[in-house]
Amino acid sequence: MLRYAPYLLAGVLFGFVLIKSEAASWYRIQEMFHFQSFHMFGILFSAIATGMLSIQLIKRMGARRSLDGQTIVIPEKPPGWVSYVAGGLIFGLGWGLIGLCPGPIFALVGTGSLGALVVLAGALHGTWLYGALKQHLPH
Amino acid sequence: METLLAWLYAPWPWYVAGPLIGLMVPLMLFIGNRSFGISSNLRHLCAITQPPQVGVEFFKYDWKEHTWSLMFVIGTALGGFFAGVVFANPEPVNLSLAAQEMLTAWGFSQPSGSLVPEELFHPSVRNFALLFACGVLVGFGTRYAAGCTSGHAITGLSTLQLPSLYAILGIFGGGLIASWLLVPWMLRG
Repeated sequence: MLRYAPYLLAGVLFGFVLIKSEAASWYRIQEMFHFQSFHMFGILFSAIATGMLSIQLIKRMGARRSLDGQTIVIPEKPPGWVSYVAGGLIFGLGWGLIGLCPGPIFALVGTGSLGALVVLAGALHGTWLYGALKQHLPH
Repeated sequence: METLLAWLYAPWPWYVAGPLIGLMVPLMLFIGNRSFGISSNLRHLCAITQPPQVGVEFFKYDWKEHTWSLMFVIGTALGGFFAGVVFANPEPVNLSLAAQEMLTAWGFSQPSGSLVPEELFHPSVRNFALLFACGVLVGFGTRYAAGCTSGHAITGLSTLQLPSLYAILGIFGGGLIASWLLVPWMLRG
């Protein structure tokens, strides 16, 4: 189990940041979608910029090994657009309505929010529904 | 020491939070060559609980290979506990004036300490039905799109992947429709 400790700790930091930055706040999400504050856009843009910069650094490093000795590979997403746009649209509807995407759902569950737990239950059912209907959907 | 404590209780500005979130991408690669993303855990949780007699193909795989990812979201919930309970910010969300006025126009009260509005999260049959239904949209949509804000917006765009750009366009489009049309309509009901 000890080899999973770094992931647990990284998760703790992630959850802490989601709550402290109020990215897990319904109010902040409404404010973002109505372009009334730079706060959420600042979070997203600086997160992407940091990620991009780190990826470029990793690519330029000679030895690209992870802590457990694997060669670091940046995974490629399968090509296409239908499932990405359609799935994104459905997810976006839910996100815009209740102001919680998956990361914040888990973080908010940790704060003891019963409502967030109901959202998580719904999300698990939605995931199961997708799995059951997958072969009938355009991808 | 006092400054550090004050920082733990205070809300964090975007230029602190954003880079820390972005660092999750190289951090996951460094720890064990993993791709940062949250919503795949919803699939793993389904795979764990799937009864063998139902047998949906999508959930037939060895979820134990993804234990690292499940540990990450357990951590996320723990982090939420520390940030939202142990070091809870005593001040309400400091919204922009425009957002405050919008809430008033919607007939909503101003934030009062909780990150989410009582009007939507207070335990009631109507609220919980709505939260559940929206959760279904989030779960269905993120699996259909094979990622959420973390996997597509952060990891996908950081690694310059076109599919993630399509996903973001969909996500933001859906969010705009919900936030501009559905939320005001929902609040009237």
